Amino acid sequence: MYRIIQTVLAMLFLFAAMPQGLRAAEGLRNLVNALGEAKLSAMDEHIAALAKTGEPEVVAILDALGAGNLYARKTDGQVFLTKESGSNLALIDPISGESAGETPKAAMSKIKVNNSVRRAVRAALGGLTLLSPDRAQRLKAAQSVLQTPDVDALDAVENALVAEKDEAVRTVLEQARAAMLLASDRPIEEKKEAVRLLRENGGREALPVLSAALGSAENGLEQDIEAAIASIEQAQEFWNAGQNVWYGLSLGSVLLLAAIGLAITFGVMGIINMAHGEMVMLGAYTTFLVQDVVRTSFPHLFEWSLAIALPLAFLFTGTVGLVLERGVIRFLYGRPLETLLATWGISLILQQSVRTIFGPTNREVGNPFWMSGAFEPGGLTITWNRLWIIVFALAVFAALLFLLKKTPMGLQMRAVTQNRRMASSMGIRTPLVDALTFALGSGIAGIAGVALSQIDNVSPNLGQGYIIDSFMVVVFGGVGNLWGTLVGAFSLGILNKFLEPYAGAVLGKILVLVLIILFIQKRPRGLFALKGRAVEA
Amino acid sequence: MTIRARVTGAFLAAVLSTTAFNGAFAAEDTIKVGILHSLSGTMAISETTLKDAMLMLIEEQNKKGGVLGKKLEAVVVDPASDWPLFAEKARELVSVNKVSAVFGCWTSVSRKSVLPVFEELNSILFYPVQYEGEESQRNVFYTGAAPNQQAIPAVDYLMENEEVERWVLAGTDYVYPRTTNKILEAYLISKGVKPEDIMINYTPFGHSDWQTIVSDIKKFGSAGKKTAVVSTINGDANVPFYKELANQGVKAEDIPVVAFSVGEEELAGLDTGPLVGHLAAWNYFQSVDSPANAAFIETWKAYTKNDKRVTNDPMEAHYIGFNMWLKAVEKAGTTDTDAVLDAMIGVSVPNLSGGYSTMMPNHHITKPVLIGEIQSDGQFETVWETPGLVLGDEWSDYLPDSKDLISDWRAPMSCGNFNVATGKCGGKGS
Repeated sequence: MYRIIQTVLAMLFLFAAMPQGLRAAEGLRNLVNALGEAKLSAMDEHIAALAKTGEPEVVAILDALGAGNLYARKTDGQVFLTKESGSNLALIDPISGESAGETPKAAMSKIKVNNSVRRAVRAALGGLTLLSPDRAQRLKAAQSVLQTPDVDALDAVENALVAEKDEAVRTVLEQARAAMLLASDRPIEEKKEAVRLLRENGGREALPVLSAALGSAENGLEQDIEAAIASIEQAQEFWNAGQNVWYGLSLGSVLLLAAIGLAITFGVMGIINMAHGEMVMLGAYTTFLVQDVVRTSFPHLFEWSLAIALPLAFLFTGTVGLVLERGVIRFLYGRPLETLLATWGISLILQQSVRTIFGPTNREVGNPFWMSGAFEPGGLTITWNRLWIIVFALAVFAALLFLLKKTPMGLQMRAVTQNRRMASSMGIRTPLVDALTFALGSGIAGIAGVALSQIDNVSPNLGQGYIIDSFMVVVFGGVGNLWGTLVGAFSLGILNKFLEPYAGAVLGKILVLVLIILFIQKRPRGLFALKGRAVEA
Repeated sequence: MTIRARVTGAFLAAVLSTTAFNGAFAAEDTIKVGILHSLSGTMAISETTLKDAMLMLIEEQNKKGGVLGKKLEAVVVDPASDWPLFAEKARELVSVNKVSAVFGCWTSVSRKSVLPVFEELNSILFYPVQYEGEESQRNVFYTGAAPNQQAIPAVDYLMENEEVERWVLAGTDYVYPRTTNKILEAYLISKGVKPEDIMINYTPFGHSDWQTIVSDIKKFGSAGKKTAVVSTINGDANVPFYKELANQGVKAEDIPVVAFSVGEEELAGLDTGPLVGHLAAWNYFQSVDSPANAAFIETWKAYTKNDKRVTNDPMEAHYIGFNMWLKAVEKAGTTDTDAVLDAMIGVSVPNLSGGYSTMMPNHHITKPVLIGEIQSDGQFETVWETPGLVLGDEWSDYLPDSKDLISDWRAPMSCGNFNVATGKCGGKGS
């Protein structure tokens, strides 16, 4: 369609007295400047008019409009592309692409965009870049055409299909074409073919297209569409179960991370450590500080900021743990109630001091690019940050297991916790081992904080959200057993996620707690109870 | 610590002035204003800012000479996000510190817990936060939005401008989201939305694992009708919710989320790049272009000595409430509760969005409703606003229980829940 208009416009320009290029540029400039005065509700038409010119400059202009970088000069209404440059705006001429100097922000007024404008921009850009030489851009264009199928663009899509060689782009384009066909007035055979194609290739994206077409479908087509919807939904059921398992694993990995430090301090040492959550919180704040320094001083290292934060968080929270053990907890061994109260008091002190130092509001911890977004194998949606957190939780678990089972340090830790007096008489310095074990548990809570800062708030309350869950996991899995913590975390995670769709988030959580209470009645020592004489001691 | 010290100081001063020197200091006495906001615990995240805003407003007013020729003195207490403690601290402010008015509370449950105290001791509370309505109390002035000043215009906007036909009402599980969603559900159904096109979902406080819910929303949104999410998710749970939305690729162009509890302050902890276009409905945005707002922001940044501090809607509510109280005190010529209560009704002061807000007989105020879209710099850009001012409707017209109730605190009616059907004062909420 726009090709015809393009030709008509071109013909018109030929008739004009001015040189053609100059005249076209002038027309384009008028269209661009019109954006500056347009009302939000009339923007669609202006964008369509711009897109119809088919000029190559339009892509950059629409891009800037969608991103909110298009400004009009207050004095003369000239519209420019802009870039932030300190407190000023660097102006770029929309037609020539040349720099047009800098102005203070106050002299420019931003061209307002809302969601419907952004949608119009997306659709127009999709139409414009379908024939772009860049594969990635074509793919993006095809996807945006698929998201907002517009019957008018059918010809453009069909033209693009003829020229398209790339398999991935073709698939998307064919789906987009099928979606448009359904809304067009083409013959029913072509529509049936379109439904068949959507049924075969389309996942969830095909559902809205099909359901929308169902309302206006002519006789003979309805059954086809209904069958297609049913078949897609059936496939979705299967993927949904897989998706639930994935969500469960991901929740389990978060629980594992939160609980694994506690599996040391509570599970191995038997200290009811209510300040455990605050160690997680301190780890998250360490990440914030590291990112803050990296942002201001070494911006090129930002992608590595989490890697830098890991050892620092471990050292910092480990040291805090060491000080706590030496300063408070060692006087309270064997007195669980006093320990509970003392560590709870410490948790309040830590929370309020962080609140005093950093303020009560959330702190922003950025996600490196490799932790943003999602990918879709089959019908699943897997977000990168969750995937990395699962990997990370398992790595921490493996490292800890190695430390406890294969190193002299781990051997001493186990010896002291299983039989303190015997270990002592064998020449192990039990107070030192106690302090180091507690520091280790705290340090691990700290690195859990680094990971959790990626998915949760970094605020003084961060730890409180995890303390109950952590105890739940450790008690459920079996006190003193790392494998129990692992299995406990993942089974609770998956259980939770399978209950949630039926019972809702609130009731689901309650049900999990009830199940755990019942389970503990039956097996007071958890899933994997320690056996042998050491337990009785 | 310093607050405790200040409180103890104020306490001692109060004891001294009321016992030993009873009345002797009256001439140099100050007018005391109570600030009842949590400075520790879960709600500190939101309420600390309001405490600072009040201290700033009081300091500014003292620079202008205070009121009735006396300086104002702030009395700050910390109810520590603990609801029963709100009632105790309120009692302490009124009966021990003898404050003339109290500015405070955030959550509805904290407000409900102090109501009997203000009624019993006959003092004044200014409540600055958007809330679920269904209440009008003689001693309370509601400067935040009632549902018809926030939720209903937002839904109207989505219906008209985004042609939304399917609705997800997602909220945290407590009184404000439950009541608001009840009102919205009734409203949507009255507008012809089918019940199967409404999905209601509640989550616990501080919910952090949003994977299932976000994917449910995606699924719900793929039924061929334009879908939007109306979020009454509160506080800390918002950050993981928005992060999950961004990661699962839910874009505002496809499924917009309009939030009633997310303001500039909440966005400060987030990378808002992937959230551009999601919406919020408030009566004020920091980005509002008006001279009064520019001055307010400048004073705020200077007062907090922090160039990055943001302003938000409840701060504006305190700004309006405080100025209304000053005007009423001047009009009444005294800080006596009954006189000020009478003088408050009809008081009109400038708001920060360039107009005037007026206190109406139902103890709610008139204000404009703005719909803003999140920008990549963490600010909102107004994309729509009501043509005129909207008066807060305390008893929703869309709930069967409250549609016959009105509130008018002027004599001779002086009733917070007058039933127009039976012609009697009393009914629900009495």
